[in-house]
Amino acid sequence: MKNLHLLLNPLNDENPITVQVLGICSALAVTVQMKPAIVMALSVTVVTAFSNLIISLGRNTIPPRIRIIIQLVVVAFLVIVVDQILKAYVYDVSKKLSVFVGLIITNCILMGRLEAFAMSNKPVESFLDGIGNGAGYGLILITLSFIRELFGSGSVLGYQLVPQSFYDHGYSDNGMMILPPMALITVGIIIWIQRGYNRKLIEK
Amino acid sequence: MNIQSNTYTYIYSTVIVLIVATGLAVVASALKPAQNKNVEIEKKQNILTSLHVVSDAGNAEKLYSEFITDSYTLNSKGEKVTGVDPFTINLRAEMKKKPSARNLPAFEAKKGDSTFVVIPVYGKGLWGPIWGYVSFRKEAQVQEGIPHYNTIYGVMFDHKGETPGLGAEINQPFFQNHFNGKKVFNDQGKFVSVQVVKGGADPSSPYQVDAISGGTITSKGLQAMLDSCLVTYQNYFKSNN
Repeated sequence: MKNLHLLLNPLNDENPITVQVLGICSALAVTVQMKPAIVMALSVTVVTAFSNLIISLGRNTIPPRIRIIIQLVVVAFLVIVVDQILKAYVYDVSKKLSVFVGLIITNCILMGRLEAFAMSNKPVESFLDGIGNGAGYGLILITLSFIRELFGSGSVLGYQLVPQSFYDHGYSDNGMMILPPMALITVGIIIWIQRGYNRKLIEK
Repeated sequence: MNIQSNTYTYIYSTVIVLIVATGLAVVASALKPAQNKNVEIEKKQNILTSLHVVSDAGNAEKLYSEFITDSYTLNSKGEKVTGVDPFTINLRAEMKKKPSARNLPAFEAKKGDSTFVVIPVYGKGLWGPIWGYVSFRKEAQVQEGIPHYNTIYGVMFDHKGETPGLGAEINQPFFQNHFNGKKVFNDQGKFVSVQVVKGGADPSSPYQVDAISGGTITSKGLQAMLDSCLVTYQNYFKSNN
């Protein structure tokens, strides 16, 4: 029951982006199109889960004074491994993500979860917490990229969705949607809708 | 064991660094051959794309050996240089040299009855390098003074980190198709390259294509890349009459 809670809680009540307000920067950068957003979400989930697991396994041996450095070394190691594997086996996807995979190292969710959870919890729980938070991040990324790609480019996952007849009648793609400021506004709208449904998130 | 002590901290950090470094070295060297193969296949696919040959990672090598009949390295005078493999030339390094000292790769292809030459290009975009391949169809009949290799048959462009949805669109077919049939030498046989024009190119002009809206700097970089790379081949084009 507690384990299920660890997996599902970050999707809504403790969502890393909309509630904890972490990982915003990468959410703005990679959500212009859906495909890179999905691979980014998967990569972050893998790195969060395994770095949580490794740090949790060693949590009683890590010297407190250099704990942040040790966490960074573990995260950097995993990110480089993920990047190398993508380059060797799914070359076309790795090219689409280019610099963004390397930027996972600076993702606030990772350090946040390592400090707040993995340093004081058992390995299995930490692993599930990592998967949950990665999924919560991915959920927002995919929603955001869906909205941005649909209104910004008229397509979803690269497939043209807005019919040509719309364009013939004067419809045009919203160029603002492609730019980062609109991503921030869209995140704001998602937060607004989420709090409209989930009243306990509203601060008194 | 006191995990607060200096000695423990030093030993711990040394061990962690050694483990991580060894791990990364093993992963990197184990995956290197697969990665190099991917890069080689991608290069062959890019050359084929500029010739309008659709390929995937599986059949690229077979199609490459089918269509590409010859490849050689040239100097700026248009003469063949021996002893340099055109496939492995690092364009980034070549572009840093003076135009007269560059090794220029060229790939000859045959498709149907026509002969083509594919020229690699390399330049700067907004956020990083951009590169591509331009294929020219050899014309049987040309006016006096105009090279046989003048009309662009197809292009392929790619980039390292241009803005998605904006400058990154240079690798999309809708943009690349504009280049088909454009010319690089004018009626007097002077090298003019292709201009990437912001705000609407003249559709009747054989030397202009539309820039990408929102990708002005990338478009300008692309124009500069075509100009600076293709100009070094003009002696080769002219000598092919």
